[in-house]
Order: sequence, then structure tokens, then C-alpha cells
Amino acid sequence: MSIAAAITPPPQAAKRRLMSGNEAVARAVWEAGVRVAAAYPGTPATEMLEYVATYPDIYTEWSVNEKVSLEVAFGATMAGSRSFCAMKHVGMNVASDALMTMTLTGVKAGLVIAIADDVGLSSSQNEQDSRYWGRFAHVPLLEPADSQEAHDFTLAAFEISERFEVPVIIRLTTRICHVKGLVSIGERNERAATGFTKDVNRWVMVPSGASRRLPLMFERERRLRAEAENSALNVIEPGSDRRVGFITSGPAYMHVRESFPDAPVCKLGFTFPLPFDLLRRFAGKCEQLLVVEEVEPLIETELKAQGIIVSGKDILPLIGELSPQVLKPAVARLLGEPVSAQAKAVPMQLFPRPPTMCVACPHLGVYYTLSQLRNVTISGDIGCYTLGFGQPWNALDVCISMGASMGMALGLDKGRSDVEKDQKIVAVIGDSTFLHMGMQGLLDIVYNRGNVTVLLLDNRAIGMTGGQDNPGSGRDIHGKEAPRVDFATLVKALGVRAERVHVVDAYQLPVLLRTLRAETKIPEPSVIITNQPCVLIKDYHALRPYRVIEDRCTGCGNCVDVGCPAIHVTRRDRVRKASGREVDLAFVRIESAACTGCGLCLQPCAPDAIVHVDALATPIKVIRKDAELARTPQDV
Amino acid sequence: MSETGRFNTTNILVVGTGGQGVMTATEILAEAAIALGHDVKKTEVAGMAQRGGVVSSHLRFGAKVLSPQITPGTADVLLGFEAAETMRWRHMLRPEGLVLMNTGRLVPPIVELGLYDYPDDPVTAMRAAGTQVFSFDASRIAQELGDIRLGNTVMLGAISDHLPFPAEVLEGCILKRFAHKKAALVELNQRAFAAGRAAAEAAAKAEADAGCHQLP
Repeated sequence: MSIAAAITPPPQAAKRRLMSGNEAVARAVWEAGVRVAAAYPGTPATEMLEYVATYPDIYTEWSVNEKVSLEVAFGATMAGSRSFCAMKHVGMNVASDALMTMTLTGVKAGLVIAIADDVGLSSSQNEQDSRYWGRFAHVPLLEPADSQEAHDFTLAAFEISERFEVPVIIRLTTRICHVKGLVSIGERNERAATGFTKDVNRWVMVPSGASRRLPLMFERERRLRAEAENSALNVIEPGSDRRVGFITSGPAYMHVRESFPDAPVCKLGFTFPLPFDLLRRFAGKCEQLLVVEEVEPLIETELKAQGIIVSGKDILPLIGELSPQVLKPAVARLLGEPVSAQAKAVPMQLFPRPPTMCVACPHLGVYYTLSQLRNVTISGDIGCYTLGFGQPWNALDVCISMGASMGMALGLDKGRSDVEKDQKIVAVIGDSTFLHMGMQGLLDIVYNRGNVTVLLLDNRAIGMTGGQDNPGSGRDIHGKEAPRVDFATLVKALGVRAERVHVVDAYQLPVLLRTLRAETKIPEPSVIITNQPCVLIKDYHALRPYRVIEDRCTGCGNCVDVGCPAIHVTRRDRVRKASGREVDLAFVRIESAACTGCGLCLQPCAPDAIVHVDALATPIKVIRKDAELARTPQDV
Repeated sequence: MSETGRFNTTNILVVGTGGQGVMTATEILAEAAIALGHDVKKTEVAGMAQRGGVVSSHLRFGAKVLSPQITPGTADVLLGFEAAETMRWRHMLRPEGLVLMNTGRLVPPIVELGLYDYPDDPVTAMRAAGTQVFSFDASRIAQELGDIRLGNTVMLGAISDHLPFPAEVLEGCILKRFAHKKAALVELNQRAFAAGRAAAEAAAKAEADAGCHQLP
């Protein structure tokens, strides 16, 4: 077979593409004729809007938070345009205030909300089951099981949304979003905007109007349940081994089908409202039933409430992803069979490899400096800022959700005990995080005269999700120039006194330390803004790399404490000082291929052993460090 | 290579750390499988992993693929881009599975700080645990060719003779990626692919000479 023949796809596969679930949803959004799409990035949902943004006939935006993105999508549907928004599970907590009333007004053109759950916590602060929002908000909820279904269910969701005038939630998980499979795709079905029709009874939700809409909402739910009973998204697959019938949804279906190829399976794609009649019919055909769902026992509880006897989380885990490895022994136990001794798959013991900050990340210097402070409590935020909690900095004491570092810091200040009266409270937050939810918290600190020093780490990007843009970056979702917020002006407008606002170069450690020391002593709100770009974005310019002069390195290890991944220990030693104290030494080298010359490591280096890679070994010209650090962009 | 399971699925696990091209390499393997008419699923743990963490990418192909994840103990091939990371995922391999391992090391800050030890000899440790390992320094080969980023093409070259389809199909999929770029880049990847093939062959020969395992 020739190479060309081998890699040319067969004709029938011409419209099949290998797509991630996120990509497949985006494709369907385009095919559905959507005209407006908005999101705030968050793993594993981020790529959905990135893919939608590649279609020029859809208006796309990074909103400042998920609530705003849903409001934008809602506005567009009122104007008669199909619209879409995407978020990760915790994003819906933010957006829910808008959702819970939108469910009363309903929508005009189709509105689909994709929520991506991080089952297994690959990069989130909690593991929550977004399927509850269907029941809570009384909106239909669809659960695809792979990329093809992510595509097809998104199209179905727009149809349901328009027929019932209701927002529809598509619930995805990491194993949909970040799994690639083959997808049959279609073309765009263009839809013109139908225009906004004024109707205060419908669009203005004052108590009198809202109370009139409530009965309509429950009437809609009755019709939606009938829809679910007959929906092609809910499928019964007969099987010859009827000892256990499986009721399952989402990617859990794939594990069930693979593990028990002969069992009857009720695969639910339309999971709110649940099709109880269909499920009763299925129950009648099996000896016993097992509900296999990720994460919470939601279907299980509803079925039990209906008097249908099922097993579920009594034998399956409540935490994390399901897999054949989990299912097979659980079902064997359910059937009273001996649990087959599976091949011993024991991982070898090894060091952990937690995520860390990038080489030359401007936050390295901030967390290194924070780690040098004494009597300080550090209120942290999500994203790359969370990494400061790890080694070697250990410079983060609390962290729960986006923007919460502000409010928590104020609470730590106001609720402090007498013994902590001299404790300094520092809150750390990123630029996008600040704009997302932090601004209100800072306003509260100012208004309530909190004694908090805020470190606003402006790196002009949403770093953790891959460097997406925001109003602080000066670019929009397409990378085009956009108005850039001035953080110093903004925090002053929120009431921080001008003398208490400082803009500091994140690579100037002495300045940073001095400013932090001074501001934490002053009992009023202050904000220190660092202004160096994320190393992942195009604003960042690498400089000449550094190297270590071996003869000069005394093994003090101060540079290692900065935490840069480009620094490697070549030799360790232990010496006894004249005082009798034992000291550990770590001699280092710098990986020149990785180093981008930020200069953070040379600042705590007492013997001046770190020099530019092309500097002559002898004699060493000791340059003033501040001059050395003047950052002139250049190619390397 | 044998095919496993009722659905005749081939399971390949590609592992390494953020930035090594693990996901790209798996994607190219997937393209080759699709070109030959297989159903394909591919998944990985990304997100925070891109900040220097662990990356593992699962590829399954066959007549029909259901679960995207490889069940521990069922991988046919473990393609390891970093020495310790290969060791970390050894338990995913089926007992007679094959390991192709880059002996190049990426030592994380947590080890540099002296809090943990990097294993002295991952190859020997894996062999002691009964695993068939074919190892070579793909990082050095890539560096000698002029760019450490060629490492993933070297690794693909190494695996190419151990797939249920001809090496040329895989090579074609790699070169297609660079078709619109500079001719020099195409040639460089061709050389990296060939170097990977040679390295795997040499490693296998060394094993055979030492009276160890035979490559399947």
C-alpha cells in the first residue's frame, strides 16, 4: 500500500472528523445558526468558545464572568438570535442568579448552555454535579456520552429550546470535553435574527409578573416530561443477560457497554425531566437494576422516590470517574459472584509531579518575596495564584473560589483574635480574577475600612487556562486590539487612596519586598499591582539566558527557593559551621535551553555566581543588579 | 501486536510531562489509525498538567471503541517520553505489553528542593518488576538533530515498527503536518523519525544479545 493511498480517507468518511467533545459542540453551535456566543474560560470548558470563535459568522466574546456571559446570551435570544454560552461547573454557581429567573421568562430563539463538569478534579477546587441545575432551575438537561453525541445533542438542544421556549443545559464532563472521537458533521443552517418584541409581562420579572409565570413553568415541565418519554435521546438497548439492567447517562454509558456487552441498558440522554414510564417499562424486563451515573445519585434518588427499586451508590463510588475497573467488581458483588482477581496493576512508588509555575513566571518573584515575610496570613485565589501554596514558597494559606481572596481577607482581618493583632493580612489576586469577581470584594474592603494589603498580579492573561484575553490584556477573543483597563485608576476609583496604590515590576524583588513591608505596616487598604506579562503570551519577550559559575557557587540554595524549573541541583553536601550548626548545601546549574533571562534567581545569590551565558568566566564584572535587570526585549 | 478485548481494541498509552508533545504525538497516531479505517478514541488529562505536571494520553483504536480510557493492566504499548514518567504508568501495561522509553530525564523543582528522590535507574526498576523495556535517549537524539522538540517524532519513529500497520502510514501522517511549512522542517522530522526507528531497533538488538526479551 502506498503512503498516499493509506492516508486518504475512504469516500464515505469525507464528513467525519476526529473531534474533541468541545470541538463537536462548537461545530454544532455553528451548524445550528447561532449568532451570539459568550463564555469565561475554565477547564475543561475553555475550548468550546475558542472553537466557536473560529467561525466568522458568530459574534463571540470572552465575558468578564459566567453570569455576564449568560446575560449576553439571554439578551441575544430576546432579540431573536440563537445564542450559546459555555462554562465549567463552578462557573454555573456564578451564573445561577441570572439562570434562575431566565427559567421563568423563558427564551425566544434557542439558548443552549454547556456546562462542563470536572469529574475527577483534574484542575478544579471542587467536584460538583451540574445535573442538579436542571431540576433546580426547571430546565431540560441533556447528557451526551461522546463527541458524536455532543454534536448531535447540541443540535437537538436548540430544537427543544425553541419549541418549549426554555434554555437547555448540555452537561458535559472532562471525558467528553477532552476526548477525541470521530464525528459526522453537517453544514450551517443560517437563521436571521427575528427582532425584539416588547412585552413587560414576560421580560420584566417583578413579583407580580414572575408569579404569573410560575404556573407556566410547571406546565412546561409537564410537557417536557412527555417529551423525554418519547425522546430519541433516551434509548433502551435489549440484552440477553437480564440479571442486571443498567440505567446510565453520559460517558458512564461507555464503561457499562464495554464491561457488560450482553446486558440490557437504558441509556439516558435526556435526563431532566426523567422519563419515568420508559424506566418502569425497562425495569420490568430486568431481574435487578443498577444506576451508573457520575457523580451524585441523582437519577437513583428520583427512581427510588418513584418506588422503582434500584442499586447505585450503595455499591459504586460517590467520588471521581467511573471505569470498567470500578464497575466489574461492583457488579460481581451485586450478583454474589466471586470477584475475579484482576491482574495486579499496582503503581510504582515515585515522587509526585505537581503543576508548577513556568520558567521566568513573574509570579515566582511575588511568591518568593511573600515566603520571606513573617507574621503574614495570605488569602489566595484560584488559577496560577493557587500554585503559590506549593513548594518551595508555601505562601498561600486559604483559597476557595474565584475572587474570594478579597472577602476572605477582610473576614480574616475583622475576625482576628487578640493574639493575632499584629498579623499582616495579604490578599493575592490575578488580573482576570479581579475583574471576574474580585472588584466587589475590594470595594467591600475599602468601604468597611479593612486592614488588607492586596497584591494584584496583572500578567495580562488568564494564565492557567492557556493565556486567554480579558479586559486587562488589551485584546479580544480574536486577538484584535481592545480597550485595556487601567488597574491603578480602577482601584483608585473603588476608593483605595492614591498613596496606597503602587505599580511594581514583578522582577524587582527588593522593590517588591520594600513595598510589601511598608504597606503591610499601614493599617488601611492598599493595592500593589505587578505589571509583567505571563510568559505564555506574545507580550512576553525572552532575554539572554543565565548560567552559573561553578567556582563561585557556594551551595547556599537561595536560588532554588525561587522555584524556577530551569534551576537544577548538581551536587548536595552537608557542612558543619564554626558554630557547630549543620548546613545543607545545594550546588546548582541553570538549564540554558529553558532559561529566558528574567534574572529572579540572581537576586538572592550572595556570591554573584549567576551571569549571562555568554559572559566571560574571568574576570567577572559585577554589574549593579538593578541595571542588570533593565528589561530590554530582544530575540534569543 | 495482539488485539485485546471483545471489541478488538488496541490500547496505546503515551506519557510524559507538559510541553513534550505527548498530545501531538498521540494525535498523529490517531490520524494514522483513522486513515486505516479504524474507529478511534483519544483522551488525556490536561488542564493544570500543562504547568509542568504529568501528561498521559490514551489512544484506543479498533472496529468500535467505547470507553476512551485504557483500563490499568491492558495497555499494549507504553510510549514514555520521560524516564520517571514511564515508570509512573507501568501498571497500565498488560503483562506481555511493550515499553518504549526515552531515558531522558526532566527533574521537577520538588526533587531539586531535596524533598523527593528521582529514581536512580528507572529501566532496571521496571525490569525488576517484570516489564519488557526498550530504552534509548530520545532527548539526546533530538538535541543532536538540532532541536529538543523533535523528541516526539523520534518516539513515533521508535513505535512505528510495533504497530498493527506499516511505519510508512505513520510517517506520512507526521509529514502531512509539516507539508505547508519549510522543506527543511519536513526533512528534519523525516530524519528524526528514521533515528527513532534505528534507536528502537538497536535497543531491541541489545536486549536480544543480552539474552533478554524478543520484540514482538
